Amino acid sequence: MVEQTLRYRNDEPVNDPAVTVATFADQSNATAVRIEPGEDARALLPHLDRLALVEVNFPTYGDGRGYSAARILREHGYAGELRAVGDVLIDQLSHMRRCGFDSFAPEQPIAAEAAEKAFATWPDVYQKTVDGRPAIWAKRHPA
Amino acid sequence: MKIITGNDLRTGDVIWWTGQGWSRLVNDAVAVGEDADAIIAQENDKQVVTDTHVIDAETTSEGVRPAHIKERIRALGPTVRMDLSLKPADPAAAKWVI
Amino acid sequence: MYQYDSYDQSMVDARVAEFRDQVQRRLAGEITEDQFKPLRLKNGLYLQLHAYMLRVAVPYGTLSSRQMRLLGDIADKYDRGYGHFTTRQNIQYNWIKLEDAPDILADLASVEMHAIQTSGNCIRNTTSDQFAGAAADELVDPRPYAELLRQWSTFHPEFDYLPRKFKIAMIGSETDRAAMKLHDIGIQLVKNDAGEIGCKFYVGGGMGRTPMIAPVIGDFVPPLQMISYLEACLRVYNRYGRRDNKYKARIKILVHEIGADEYRRQVEEEFAHILTLGLEPPAAELERIKGFFEQPGFDANASDDLDLSDPDFALWVDQNTHAHKQTGYTIVNISLKPTGGIPGDASADQIRLMADLALEYSFDELRVTHAQNIVLPHVKKSDLYTIWQKLDEAGLANANLDLISDIIACPGLDYCALANARSIPVAQKISERFADLGRQRELGELKLKISGCINACGHHHAGHIGILGVDRKGVENYQLSFGGSEGADTSLGTITGPGFNEDGVVDAVEKATDVYLAQRTEGERFLDTYRRIGMAPFKEAIYAKETANG
Repeated sequence: MVEQTLRYRNDEPVNDPAVTVATFADQSNATAVRIEPGEDARALLPHLDRLALVEVNFPTYGDGRGYSAARILREHGYAGELRAVGDVLIDQLSHMRRCGFDSFAPEQPIAAEAAEKAFATWPDVYQKTVDGRPAIWAKRHPA
Repeated sequence: MKIITGNDLRTGDVIWWTGQGWSRLVNDAVAVGEDADAIIAQENDKQVVTDTHVIDAETTSEGVRPAHIKERIRALGPTVRMDLSLKPADPAAAKWVI
Repeated sequence: MYQYDSYDQSMVDARVAEFRDQVQRRLAGEITEDQFKPLRLKNGLYLQLHAYMLRVAVPYGTLSSRQMRLLGDIADKYDRGYGHFTTRQNIQYNWIKLEDAPDILADLASVEMHAIQTSGNCIRNTTSDQFAGAAADELVDPRPYAELLRQWSTFHPEFDYLPRKFKIAMIGSETDRAAMKLHDIGIQLVKNDAGEIGCKFYVGGGMGRTPMIAPVIGDFVPPLQMISYLEACLRVYNRYGRRDNKYKARIKILVHEIGADEYRRQVEEEFAHILTLGLEPPAAELERIKGFFEQPGFDANASDDLDLSDPDFALWVDQNTHAHKQTGYTIVNISLKPTGGIPGDASADQIRLMADLALEYSFDELRVTHAQNIVLPHVKKSDLYTIWQKLDEAGLANANLDLISDIIACPGLDYCALANARSIPVAQKISERFADLGRQRELGELKLKISGCINACGHHHAGHIGILGVDRKGVENYQLSFGGSEGADTSLGTITGPGFNEDGVVDAVEKATDVYLAQRTEGERFLDTYRRIGMAPFKEAIYAKETANG
């Protein structure tokens, strides 16, 4: 499992098993949690400082709720590992990265070179998100 | 009877399974019976046809006639542009789909 | 018009390269159809009944002559010599080869066009008022805001896998010519008493199998918070829109199920958060875009005088032109609804002719309308006669705008894989039945709209007369409805009763127009009479048993 994970962070991987959101609420020492599509990422906001890993599950690639979950966590300052798991495909990687994911555990392994190519698909971006890339409008109008 | 149809992967043309290969003419379609799934699996693997599916049809004096109007329109072409259909010279061909 | 800078160009070029790679992988057998399908759909490439179909985006319905000419050239080079203009102001080609698709996208990119997000569960091409920047009744030109929206929605990383497709319309006039309230989001630019511009957000409208008129969610959002408000609207939808049932996944169902007040509360909460993130493009960006939409160099001395001695010309001027804000100018509507023709279809030669006319007589601009016609937005009245003659020679001068033969019709079962019945033959028969223009003008404004399935691409819910094709045990059957409208008085049609066959529905339409003519009072349109007298008299006439001597 771990060897299939594409990871774009410099810190040590967290090896704690991710617990469900419901378990996490009751278990004050858990540091890793897994969010399912129907769950509210905002429930985790009071506990961001003790979280080291959040897994966001994509049971099917077409269920896009995880993109919002990821952005919400990052927008509120979550700095730990944010991992997309499940039906994570090459053609979605670049958008996921833009929404704040910095690690990927796809069911079907993706080669690291292919992932790099996917991240480089767009020379620029139209929107400001949470990935630190300047939007095109910001480049057009430097402060 | 059951016949198999699909679209040519490259061109998008509507095509029909003839027993040996694919034809643009519905009249070349053959009954496939129990073998349909095996043929579809084998042809899909070749990556030359897409959207393969089995449909009901009957043999009439005019040839093979798909049971549903949608498949008959696929077999002929748009009834409002007979010049682009497979029977551009036959003004009555559009009646066949109804 | 807006012109790409190197950033915009590099984005569409990157898309072409990406799609070329995806098509190559598919043709080489490296990816399966299941993997490829969502990728081609994101580029507007469908597999329809007879071939692949490519849907090309026309952002807010605006085209230059160079773009229009290329659309004609694509029809010749890669298709079968024609294109189909759609109810979402786009153009579709019906006979595309997969192996050609990357080259077509490359050709489009050479004139700043693309097919990005013309399908899939993402934010689709934004539509707008076809008279934007020209209409006498315009309050604010919506195009700069629509362009801002185009850029924001292009490759939006959070909203590419929404519960369902998402359509936005944007207008800046009191008169709604874009069916705004029947969109997932309709944005109307308004002014308050202080003269400030604001965005009025209508959210949760739509047609399809559960038609709904959008309620107002945001009364007056400042233009420099428009993108943030959109982010909030979309995020609430992305998180809470239904994903368990495709038919209940549009935002209209969410807004309906939780109620407009609760949806608004959630949007406001999200909006307050998003405002802290600095996601909004700065005022300078809106100003930069506005610079592309400056008023063209009108001739200040142009005259409103017009020689109407040619009666056919006079009829066309009366029916197909619309008041322009500039003295001496007018807006020309080119009907793509010839008698017995296919609504919205134009040949490659017709497309190029319209491009030439735009270049010579309309400051290089054209518009596509949601009613599947073409507009020359800025025409000097002194050029009108010449234009009319050229259109007439090309079969493009039918003087039937907004009359019963100006029919909106989806491609239906002649082309579309989703359709249950054919739409076009019904449109053809109705336009032939009412071929006499005098008779049509006697009937006055009468919007007739035909869809070949419940998805309602032909806007039948919003037709004064609506027709819906259904499949009844393998036989085409047509349901008739009256009383729909899409403008300021948006309403949804009511079904008359049992359905008809193709000829039967044409007869029923004729009987309904007879009832209208017999019952109308001074100045009433068909819609007004229907609203006043109700369904009963129409129903009686339509379903009356033939008498014994009949």
